[in-house]
Amino acid sequence: MAYLDANATEPLRPQARAAVLAALDLPGNPASVHAAGRAARRVLEDARTAIAAAFGAEPAGVVFTSGGTEADAMAVACLGRGRRVIVGATEHDAVRAAAPDALVLPVDQDGVASLDALERLLASGPALVCLMLANNETGTIQPVAAAAALCRKHGALLHVDAVQAAGRVPVSLAGLGADSLAVSSHKLGGPKGAGALLLAPGRETGALIAGGGQERGRRGGTPALPAIAGFAAAAMAPEADLAALRDAAEAAALACGAVALGARHRLPNTACLALPRVRAETQVITLDLAGVQVSAGAACSSGKVSRSHVLDAMGAGVLAGEAIRVSLPWNAGWDDVRAFQAAYAAMAARLGKHAA
Amino acid sequence: MRPNRPVYLDNQATTPCDPRVLAAMLPWFTERFGNPHSAEHSVGREAEAATDAARAEIAALLGADPREIVVTSGATESNNIAIKGAARHAATMGDPRRRVITVATEHKCVLESVADLAAEGFEPVVLSVQPDGRLDPALLQDALATPTLLVSVMAVNNETGVIQDIAVLAGLAHAAGALFHTDAAQAVGKIPLDVRAQGIDLLSLSGHKLYGPKGVGALFVRRRPRVRLTPLFSGGGQERGLRAGTLPVPLVVGLGEACRLARAEMDEEAVRLTGLRDRLLRGLPGVQVNGSWQHRISGNLNLTFPVPAAGLMRAIPDLCVSTGSACSSAEIEPSYVLRAMGLSSEAAARTLRLGLGRFTSAADVDFAADRLSAAAHAGIEA
Repeated sequence: MAYLDANATEPLRPQARAAVLAALDLPGNPASVHAAGRAARRVLEDARTAIAAAFGAEPAGVVFTSGGTEADAMAVACLGRGRRVIVGATEHDAVRAAAPDALVLPVDQDGVASLDALERLLASGPALVCLMLANNETGTIQPVAAAAALCRKHGALLHVDAVQAAGRVPVSLAGLGADSLAVSSHKLGGPKGAGALLLAPGRETGALIAGGGQERGRRGGTPALPAIAGFAAAAMAPEADLAALRDAAEAAALACGAVALGARHRLPNTACLALPRVRAETQVITLDLAGVQVSAGAACSSGKVSRSHVLDAMGAGVLAGEAIRVSLPWNAGWDDVRAFQAAYAAMAARLGKHAA
Repeated sequence: MRPNRPVYLDNQATTPCDPRVLAAMLPWFTERFGNPHSAEHSVGREAEAATDAARAEIAALLGADPREIVVTSGATESNNIAIKGAARHAATMGDPRRRVITVATEHKCVLESVADLAAEGFEPVVLSVQPDGRLDPALLQDALATPTLLVSVMAVNNETGVIQDIAVLAGLAHAAGALFHTDAAQAVGKIPLDVRAQGIDLLSLSGHKLYGPKGVGALFVRRRPRVRLTPLFSGGGQERGLRAGTLPVPLVVGLGEACRLARAEMDEEAVRLTGLRDRLLRGLPGVQVNGSWQHRISGNLNLTFPVPAAGLMRAIPDLCVSTGSACSSAEIEPSYVLRAMGLSSEAAARTLRLGLGRFTSAADVDFAADRLSAAAHAGIEA
């Protein structure tokens, strides 16, 4: 089996597994003052320090959440209060659903947001800009640091969804100059069920989930200690070097007539490949039967038949319905690439010819 | 049998993860790591099947339908979704009612959710309790004279273990046209619950209070007739649009296994815990039990000692107990739950919560009784 759907979820890293198991053995609640509680509290605060160090934040600015979606929703709800919200056209649904009335920042055919358009949108009053660091469907990397400079110039705040970038390329809240940044554990090789909203020094949020005063009053509920411990362990792991593997997989597909979308500046693990005149769903099922797992878009919506808003925003036209996402996990190897190459060639020979 | 050290008697703050729950979760952390929403490929589908099976176990423990279970990150999130979601949805539908009724001894997250609603123009009413910690149904009946959207009353209190008469309270709420929500984080797996028989519209539960993992919980949302809620946050459309985000498959599997074990073992466990609790109390002469004795879960003792509780805790570092809710245990404030039951601040400061659980042994309670008695005696002498 070749699992090439890392952008849906990554396999667990061994160091994360060890941390999860160790934390599951701790009986205490991190808010309790007794010995068991203090032991749990140490694991929680060590994780907070590790996440802060991994992503250029201060420990006091780390708010643990249930995942990336909650972190994005919290940023938009809390930092967007009293501001116009501007979202990139290819943002994840977690951001788009949190700001249904937002102004949309267009992207070019490679999926890159227009800074000129951003400057025009910023001219009219206080705003919160949401710009993802890397796209989940194409891997396209946005000019976030440049956008942050524009936001500062116009008194706007910038929230960065770094869910797909974290663990694949270096990510720093301070380095980007953003006001907040969302990361998710299971997209970087940690367990599902944890994430964080990182706040720049001086930035505050209210609570989306009210509760017992945990997370400095910013997020109620007993923290998901095992998932958080695994998240921190995974975040400390070095990024895997996947570009050569991805390029080899992609080259084989292009040789079979595929078209690469959003490839100008992207994550080293992702390729978005359209096979003209073959429906994406057909490709995904065909490859799955050959033991290769890829997807036709975001996992959250993959049960639905809806078209990709990402590829539509890039002006991909009919290719939007014919594109698959190939995304390599941290543990991908040449065997996976060879399996993909063989399965793709067989598929293209059968379906591509049939369709032509 | 020697007691475990430290002896953990704080099972209302959180419970240890049952080894059988851990075993059920493990494969879903590692080799079976798929995203359950990747329904197009086999790795995703097996994860989806696992979460479906867990959902069925959660539902079975409550007498609910699996389609009525919304998976969340825990009871705090469930309570937020239920209370804010029901009120906000009613308001968006043009419902003129504004009243939301709850009780003074609720968990902080319920009280804060209700307070958040006040800022949005709703009218929270916080009812007082009787000295035994129970809500007088007549008081609710009076409060319902004003048209009411929602009544939220916890099934079991987290500090005293006192059980409310949910069926009676839900009946009153329904007779007045209001929805009924219960925070059952401390009740699920401890006492039998049946959402149909008790007339519950919305019910919150937490994994780590019933020997499951931290980071997962659920909200029961009645389907017939359907209870409609505005989600707290949206996104990829998961959980029928009520709760966005990738399901944490191993944690959900763990919650399902915890519910299965609770259903199988709850009755026997309650008998065993009652015996241990009575044994512990017999070893602690001169204490006062707070909260109804008749209507309380078997694993809880809330006890006022002759000496300050903080000193007792300091004197026995090998014993994990608490002065109240874990969330607020760093606070110096006396328990608002005990104050609402009429205890003075001074008496509340002499009070400990002892929470017995599945892994508590007779040796553990004997250790606790010996050390607490000795420390209390030394405190009186001092």
